[in-house]
Amino acid sequence: MVEITDLYKKFGKNDVLNGINLSIKEGGIFAVLGPNGSGKTTIIKSILGMVIPDSGSIKVFDTNIKNDSNYRHKIDYLPQIANFPSNLKVNELIKMIKDLRGNTIADQNLIETFKLKPFLNKKLGTLSGGTKQKVNIVLTFMFNSPIIILDEPTTGLDPISLIRLKELIKNEKAKGKTILITSHIMSFVEEVADNIVFILEGKIYFKGSISELKTLTKQQNFEHAIANILTENHA
Amino acid sequence: MLKILKYSFFDLMRSSWSYVYFAFYLLLGIVLLFLNNDLSKAVITLMNVIIVLVPLIGTIFGVMYYYNSKEFTELLLAQPLKRSSIFLGQYLGVAISLSMSLILGLGLPFIAYGLFKSSAIWDFSLLLIVGVFLTFIFSALAFNIALSHENKIKGFGYAILMWLFLAIIYDGLFLMSLILFEDYPLDKVSLIGTMLNPIDLSRTLILLKLDISALLGYTGAVFKQFFGTSFGLIVSFLALTIWVGLPVLRIIFKSNKKDF
Amino acid sequence: MKIQLSSLLLLISIYFTTAQTVTVCKAGCDYKSIQTAVDSSKSGNSILIKSGLYNEANIVIYKKSLHISGEEGTVIDTQNKGYGFSVEATDIVIKNLTIKNIKVSYTKEYAAILLFKSYDFAIENITVENAFFGFLIQKSKDGVIHNNTIAGQGKAEADSGNAIHLWHCKNVKITNNDVRRMRDGIYLEFGSNSYISNNYSNDNMRYGLHFMFSNDNIYEDNIFNANGAGVAVMFSKRIKMFRNVFKKNWGTASYGILLKEISDAELKHNIFEDNTIGINADGTNRILFTENTFSNNGYAVKVIGACYDNTYSKNNFLYNSFDLSYSGNLNSNTFENNYWSNYTGYDLDKNGFGDIPYRPVKLFSYLVNRTPESIVLLRSLFIDIIDFSEKVSPVFTPENLIDNKPLMTQVKW
Repeated sequence: MVEITDLYKKFGKNDVLNGINLSIKEGGIFAVLGPNGSGKTTIIKSILGMVIPDSGSIKVFDTNIKNDSNYRHKIDYLPQIANFPSNLKVNELIKMIKDLRGNTIADQNLIETFKLKPFLNKKLGTLSGGTKQKVNIVLTFMFNSPIIILDEPTTGLDPISLIRLKELIKNEKAKGKTILITSHIMSFVEEVADNIVFILEGKIYFKGSISELKTLTKQQNFEHAIANILTENHA
Repeated sequence: MLKILKYSFFDLMRSSWSYVYFAFYLLLGIVLLFLNNDLSKAVITLMNVIIVLVPLIGTIFGVMYYYNSKEFTELLLAQPLKRSSIFLGQYLGVAISLSMSLILGLGLPFIAYGLFKSSAIWDFSLLLIVGVFLTFIFSALAFNIALSHENKIKGFGYAILMWLFLAIIYDGLFLMSLILFEDYPLDKVSLIGTMLNPIDLSRTLILLKLDISALLGYTGAVFKQFFGTSFGLIVSFLALTIWVGLPVLRIIFKSNKKDF
Repeated sequence: MKIQLSSLLLLISIYFTTAQTVTVCKAGCDYKSIQTAVDSSKSGNSILIKSGLYNEANIVIYKKSLHISGEEGTVIDTQNKGYGFSVEATDIVIKNLTIKNIKVSYTKEYAAILLFKSYDFAIENITVENAFFGFLIQKSKDGVIHNNTIAGQGKAEADSGNAIHLWHCKNVKITNNDVRRMRDGIYLEFGSNSYISNNYSNDNMRYGLHFMFSNDNIYEDNIFNANGAGVAVMFSKRIKMFRNVFKKNWGTASYGILLKEISDAELKHNIFEDNTIGINADGTNRILFTENTFSNNGYAVKVIGACYDNTYSKNNFLYNSFDLSYSGNLNSNTFENNYWSNYTGYDLDKNGFGDIPYRPVKLFSYLVNRTPESIVLLRSLFIDIIDFSEKVSPVFTPENLIDNKPLMTQVKW
């Protein structure tokens, strides 16, 4: 479904990605983990075509994404920081994205779920971080694409919204979609992810299920298991 | 691209800056015409304004819009849209909304004054055409600078420096080199020097209308051909078009290579 | 009684012989050719040339007073053989004719009408087509040249002549003529006490009107359009120039008026519009320039040098690229009470004069004189800045060249 081969990327003198090979199969939830600056977001942005790799190739549904933009019809993306044009109103933004990607009615349900009705006529600049994130979630989930990429989806959400988000993710998974998540909240990852990829300094250090990670590191706790990879490799 | 253009355009049309710009030109037009009551003088003053201010405003607006719409851009980048259409759309949005403010802001007072019955209509139309060209050129240059510099302050700095260079410093250096090499035939050189700066180029176009009598006072055959026939007009317009084209091409090229 | 009657008859017969009119036409008239009519006529006769085409050249009128006129449609084609008429006579009138195809020569000045030592002449309603010279008038006086149209081919100065050329003439009135595509429109060489008005001089290669060693002349209400130079006044004294229009004289050596070595002249109520140089003054003394309008010229006035005691007052300087270019010292020339559209001062005491003086010479005009190509920088912001700094503290321009009381409103007359 997503096929990454020999991906290299430098930002100035910084080697961010050092030969990433990753194959993501159809269906299931895939978590990309790693410390700050390890290259998680760069991988995701590379898949989205926002970062142009120095070398290597990325295929989505067997087509090389280089110089292509149509494949993005198959991807829903939730960016890490929800920055929107501040003088647009919420419903104008939703309308605009629909205008750009195609019509949908799924947004009505999502607005209901996240209680966004009262904010529809407010300008995005006046919204709180959490509310913006909710708008962000609505924009992401309102299209029914086979791949969903969530970059730190839990940022700023209150507990109720977090629960709703998890339900939403599970529902999408049940539809047979492939979901790619990055997150710092380990409990969240442990709860939703089927497979994890651990990245350090632009390389993949571990790839497999959470239980495989636990057996490999001989740790019962997921967080400790992650910490274990980090310390062992730095020792 | 048209969709992006539409959103950028309406976004800008809603921003207070467009109104400030529009109001400025409206006021300028009214003051020039109704307080001064001298159309020829108004056209000359307007020329000075257009040649200096339009590039400055195009530059500042271009850079500002680029940096301010970063979020919007990133939102769009994740959508199934071509990069070139995103940036060209935004660029055209800026350039067209600025041009609209210019044309309406100056046009309304002039129409109210009775421009259509006046012989100055050609001078005035030329001024507006040149103003629109300069808007397109300088917002494109500003986009180029912004695309190459992540740092907002740096980007602004370079953009202002570019304006300062093209509006004033270039002419200073130009004049100095003309005086320095005055023993050599300079007519070709001076025309080429004019072509290399869009502000000088626009000025030349307006000179062709306002100061043709002075321009024809010089001996060089090249000058005579350039200013005395429609050759100069055609070449100047061609060069202006190239001046729009090159930065726009670079926007496409640069945006396809850039990481976000 | 008988004697009285016979003497009356005699008087009548004398009268008829002196005022006799003969006709010329192809068939049925007194004469078939103009030359034979001229040769057969006595002084005081009139010759009426009937409508038709006459292939005649070098028609000589020698010491005979004749009044020659044509009907409408009378055309004399000289077929490039030489002069049209060649006249030496007193009280001569030639009118209502078309004369065409005058021979072009590099050695002789062939003209449609040549007058030599002729007094009391009148040339009226003559159309000259394909002229080399139009009217060449030498050593003549007391004449009228009125309502003629002269047009040449206008290819190059060397192979074209002047439309109306006066040489050593006195007291001639040149009015309502239309001259175009010649070398000079009207040329006075050693001509004096002449009056030139309401002429239209257009597209001539050298000058619309040209004075050379000609004193005490007046020209007024003429229009000079798109000539090499509108008017050249050279080596002449006491010329009055009123209410003329000088426009679109474009080119390297093009002027509204070229003044060279002239003195005691007066220019009033003239309009200079769209000329490369409005007035080019070189060696002018005691000239009064007043109530003229200079608009949209490259230079309104260019003062070359050796000019003394000239006064420029109450003129309108409107939207010229440069109002004034000045070489050398001020030399007691004065510029005062003019209206300058470039003036940016104010009039707080409301007396109609600006409170701060105006400096009509810009630094940039100096630079352009030095390096002509720098004209491409005209109206550049950089140039405005250096002009401004020069205005604040003059270094290159004459410090005392100022209009101390510039007018706040245009002069109307």
